[in-house]
Amino acid sequence: MASAQGASSSPRSGLAFPGLNGVLLVGTGVLMLVNLYLIFLVAPTDAVLGEVQRVFYFHVPIAIVSFVAFFVVFVASIGYLVTRKSKWDSVAHAAAEVGVVFVSLALLTGIVWARPVWGVWWTWEPRLTTTLILWLIYVAYLMLRSYVPNKSQGALYAAGLGIIGFVDVPIVYYSVQWWRSIHPSAVVGPLADAGALEPIMQWVLFYSLAVFLLLFLYLLLERMHLRNVEDRLSALRFLSRMRR
Amino acid sequence: MRMLRPMAALVWKDLLLELRSRDIVVSALVFGFLVVVVFNFALKVSPERVAELAPGILWVAFAFAGTLAMSRAFVREREQGGLEGLLLAPVSRDAIFLGKALVSFLFMLVIEAALLPVFAILLNFTSFTLTLAGAILLATLGFATVGTLFSAIAVQTRSREVMLPVLFFPIILPVLIGAVEVTGAAVGSGPETGVVTRWLPLLAVFDAVFLVICPWIFSIIVEE
Repeated sequence: MASAQGASSSPRSGLAFPGLNGVLLVGTGVLMLVNLYLIFLVAPTDAVLGEVQRVFYFHVPIAIVSFVAFFVVFVASIGYLVTRKSKWDSVAHAAAEVGVVFVSLALLTGIVWARPVWGVWWTWEPRLTTTLILWLIYVAYLMLRSYVPNKSQGALYAAGLGIIGFVDVPIVYYSVQWWRSIHPSAVVGPLADAGALEPIMQWVLFYSLAVFLLLFLYLLLERMHLRNVEDRLSALRFLSRMRR
Repeated sequence: MRMLRPMAALVWKDLLLELRSRDIVVSALVFGFLVVVVFNFALKVSPERVAELAPGILWVAFAFAGTLAMSRAFVREREQGGLEGLLLAPVSRDAIFLGKALVSFLFMLVIEAALLPVFAILLNFTSFTLTLAGAILLATLGFATVGTLFSAIAVQTRSREVMLPVLFFPIILPVLIGAVEVTGAAVGSGPETGVVTRWLPLLAVFDAVFLVICPWIFSIIVEE
């Protein structure tokens, strides 16, 4: 039923999206090129950490964007449960997919950073552990969506998980923090030198964050548009089978 | 309370079913026992490392046996169309949820009570304290609450045997950490000061949070 609703929700919205998306695509592309220029050629090389510090300008914005994405999932899930409009479900689904991509990238760039800076690939520090758990929760979210045969039911279940998963995040964070405080680690504290960012570094970081937020917005809208098309296609298939 | 009577009826129904068939508790018990034995070989539990390893093994066994029991509880409802009947009955969804959660809680307690002595004998530790009992009660309550919600969801999916653990373990992790910490303190490994007074209330807080959220989500998302 939800698919039929989604399909009939005006074909015009499906046509309006690519226009906005085209602008976003070109704009984000240009801004991202500027971002790369700033990160690799303008930002000064870190005196202590050297070139590897430049990962920082990718890692921090990507991680922040993934948290934003899961917050969007949370809000859209509540919106879906309250209103039962398939638009909310579409937002939640798209944000979760893009969020999983971003959180995976955040973990990978974090690993690249951790090895030269901390001397280990991975440490069970609260922020890292919470991010890993986030990854697990939202991979489960996507699995759940694809494993529920009934689509409207899947949307409801996913909304439930979108809410409980997000509520769980601070609980995981604090419990891991307390767990760590009892097991002191061999690794020296995270980002000990992060307090002393030069102004230019800060500006590059903020710019990078803004660009990645735009990229997220673009991917989100593109994914929603794609889902809209998918829904319409499945509705058309259904209709053609009925006529036969 | 209007909710108590349907809850009691639901619990009684499941207990009666279980008393007659005994398939959930027995299979979960054997499985939990197996986990303990496998871990003994996998980790080479020597006497001097028991205190260090025992809490983790204990809770992995409890958690795995628990997920098995909880998923079975809902499979039975689905196979016989029981869930539809329950949802059609003029009782609140909260009562259905809390009744099922209470049944899972009781089943898990029975399984844990049976596993604990076996565990104590096999791994040679004898320190059953009131603290450990408190940890088991609180953590099991959290397990049953979250597990009931997710097994109600997982039972409607394809490959439901995989879906329950995949959904359940990331969410329940804080409870698992707390349970292992308190058990470690009770068994006598690690620094004891502050562990119990810190984690037992925290486990209670987790339970309270889950007891509020899970019935609410269940009542919204579970449709016939």
